[in-house]
Amino acid sequence: MNSNALAVELTGIWKRFPGVVANSDINLKVTSGTVHAIVGENGAGKSTLMKILYGMQKADEGTISVNGNGLIFNSPSDAIDAGIGMVHQHFMLADNFTVLENIVLGSEPKNGIRLDFAKARKQISDIAAENGLAVDPDVLVSELGVGDRQRIEILKVLYRGAKILILDEPTAVLVPHEVDELFNTLRDLKQEGYTVIFISHKLDEVLSIADEITVIRQGTTVGSVNPHTQNVSARDLAEMMVGNELPTPESVGDTIQDEVVLKVENLSVFAKGGKATVDNISFQIRAGEILGIAGVEGNGQAEILDALMGIEFATGTVHFKDEDITKKSTRHRRELGIGFIPEDRHRQALMLEAPLWENRMLGHQTRSPNANGIWLTPRSAKADTKRIVEEYDVRTPGIEVLASALSGGNQQKLIVGREMSGEPKLLIAAHPTRGVDVGAQAAIWDHIRHARQSGLAVLLVSADLDELIGLSDSIKVLLRGKFVANADPATVTPQELGTAMTGAGEAA
Amino acid sequence: MNLRRIGTSLIAPAIGLLISMAVTALILSVIGASVSTVFSSMWTYGTSPRAMSLMVNLATIYFLSALAVSIGFKMNLFNIGVNGQYVLGALAAAVVASNLTFPKVASVSIAILAAMIVGALWAGIAAWLKVARGVSEVISTIMLNFIAIGIISYIIVRTGIGTETSLNVRGTKPIPESGMLRGLAFIDPGTPIYGFFFISIVIGIGYWFLLNRTRFGFDLRATGKSASAARTSGVQSNRMIYLTMLLSGAVAGLVGLPYLLGDTGTYSLQFPTDWGFTGIAIALLGRNNPIGIALGAILWAFLDISSGQLILEGVPREISTIMQGLIVIVVVISYEIVRRYQVKSEQTSVAKALAKQEASV
Repeated sequence: MNSNALAVELTGIWKRFPGVVANSDINLKVTSGTVHAIVGENGAGKSTLMKILYGMQKADEGTISVNGNGLIFNSPSDAIDAGIGMVHQHFMLADNFTVLENIVLGSEPKNGIRLDFAKARKQISDIAAENGLAVDPDVLVSELGVGDRQRIEILKVLYRGAKILILDEPTAVLVPHEVDELFNTLRDLKQEGYTVIFISHKLDEVLSIADEITVIRQGTTVGSVNPHTQNVSARDLAEMMVGNELPTPESVGDTIQDEVVLKVENLSVFAKGGKATVDNISFQIRAGEILGIAGVEGNGQAEILDALMGIEFATGTVHFKDEDITKKSTRHRRELGIGFIPEDRHRQALMLEAPLWENRMLGHQTRSPNANGIWLTPRSAKADTKRIVEEYDVRTPGIEVLASALSGGNQQKLIVGREMSGEPKLLIAAHPTRGVDVGAQAAIWDHIRHARQSGLAVLLVSADLDELIGLSDSIKVLLRGKFVANADPATVTPQELGTAMTGAGEAA
Repeated sequence: MNLRRIGTSLIAPAIGLLISMAVTALILSVIGASVSTVFSSMWTYGTSPRAMSLMVNLATIYFLSALAVSIGFKMNLFNIGVNGQYVLGALAAAVVASNLTFPKVASVSIAILAAMIVGALWAGIAAWLKVARGVSEVISTIMLNFIAIGIISYIIVRTGIGTETSLNVRGTKPIPESGMLRGLAFIDPGTPIYGFFFISIVIGIGYWFLLNRTRFGFDLRATGKSASAARTSGVQSNRMIYLTMLLSGAVAGLVGLPYLLGDTGTYSLQFPTDWGFTGIAIALLGRNNPIGIALGAILWAFLDISSGQLILEGVPREISTIMQGLIVIVVVISYEIVRRYQVKSEQTSVAKALAKQEASV
């Protein structure tokens, strides 16, 4: 194999959508037998580029060549024929099929009119053995975890003869040790001569796995670096992505006061059928304190937050300052000064088909500046929406546009700005910077730190372990509805937290 | 951007009207009638002073009915029971007003109050069933319509409340003239405009104000736009179901009053019982907006009134029913298309505006 041959070469790719240029003059060279990472902020144009390479969309201009042959892709099947396979971020597997059935689905080996499962089984176990992808072909997919499912997705692509694999944000759904396993697999694949294109915005991971990194900013390629020969840090990459220097996070001082703002005792939430999704947990948060909850999604975080907001029925007691709010309504809790940034912003935090200023009122519709007595006060609500748009850098042409017109990150900024308004005493926040770009993320952290200094108590749930460690004063690890470990953010590493999150051992 | 929104929301009904006229023309020519004669004679009759007075009166009734329906629609509650609510409301008003000898203002006010309370209570049953037992309001309100009609027949036929008002027709005791709200004949001398026409304008304004300028209205609209987001924002959904259903029922209770107080003065077994369904169609046409509903009510009333003219042209009058049905279907479909287009076009125009901002930085 010629080690310098180009597996994929894109030159001068342009893609315009009505009103937006998604890709402008993209140039990309992927060397055969390497792991090539493509990094960029949300909305920088990574996904569009990959859709073009996988034949899901057609470029307006530019050329694609695979292994030196210029090609035109009209559909994904053209790309598959050219040996390109895509592992999507959201798995496309049938739960009630076995691993084997899922892999062959759509390209079944036939023996006459019969499915030749024996042949398929042989083929798959050969591919799996070559690449260190251990899976039991006869297990139902519904019984498997996220890491296994991802391996099946990769096997699916290999089974179809792909030599070039595109992985779209493959680590977004994995815990740290699963990420390590994935990276081992990728290294094996590289050894076998496969080419991997790896899309991500997690810079540390990219640096540890990639042989070459291409940075995309505002739809165009701004440069490539080779982490083996050049000395690049995650910070250098982030600056390339953002286009200017990053704000330095201010040093974290101890701002914890004596007053207990939130005191939770023996809280349990039961799912339909009686299973406890939150199992008898107790904790308290003082003024000026940030308590982080680490955990793999779906271990009870959403239920705890909903129970604290009075949305979900729970047993146990909840005290806010000196008041027992266990039986109080959501509205009462909000009026006490509890801000809430829910996990699912589209379902719980926005009216997508309402203008921004009406969304500003949501959850705060009983208070100034949105209402006076029973009357709404749209004028002052609009003025305050403009303030949020400015302070939180919500990118929008105005406050009359519908919330659905904003990108996810900008919707999130509006929500954070809204929940930080009116001097809340307690902020209950799930993934406050999810989908927000690097610059705005730092700004949101600053807002939270700033409010903490003046006594805001924060309950922080986040899948971003760096965020959790960077912001929290203390961290509790949640597993199957119970706290299984405490961690000190001053000393704990993301790897240790990740291990604790899966229940494999004790965190520091 | 707001002007554009208004513009695009006018396109849908315009398209609906044009397409349904085109299809009607097609049907007319298939059955061998002259399209231009039929349309022009409908128009000539429909714009005569007498027809216009009748139209305004009928539109008043439709307007109230559609308003009652759209209060529920605004939070995705389907009050199909306006029929039952208004017949019971009208009966209550007729019974109360016929026994009063107060001055006009007092007597009419009490009749209105009685109608609203009875309408609200009847709708409240459906709200209770939904909250306490999880019964879909669509089913319960439809069932309650039948029950209401049954109750009324029983009351009028079997109890002392019903008397023989004219030959072979039983109804409530006639309301004294002091309790009537006859109105003014300012379009056609022989056909007064119901006094309730003015009351319904006030109610329309009140509806807009309640929805757009009060906390209650915000909670209601928020629930309609996203029930889960509204709940997270602190709206108590069960309370909202009660309040909205009661309010919808209270307005529904008024639907029969323009006719009762402006015309018959008695609730008899010949009192119309299906204005509620018309209200659903008009609420859809008017997109739950009071001005839209008013225009829809006038259009509907025009088609109803001028359909009488079709017979004179030797064409079955059901043609106008077909036209009404077509308008609703086409308008509902084109609203959805326009809505999707609006959301999309706003997304692109936001992206465009932002691209410009970035470029100028």
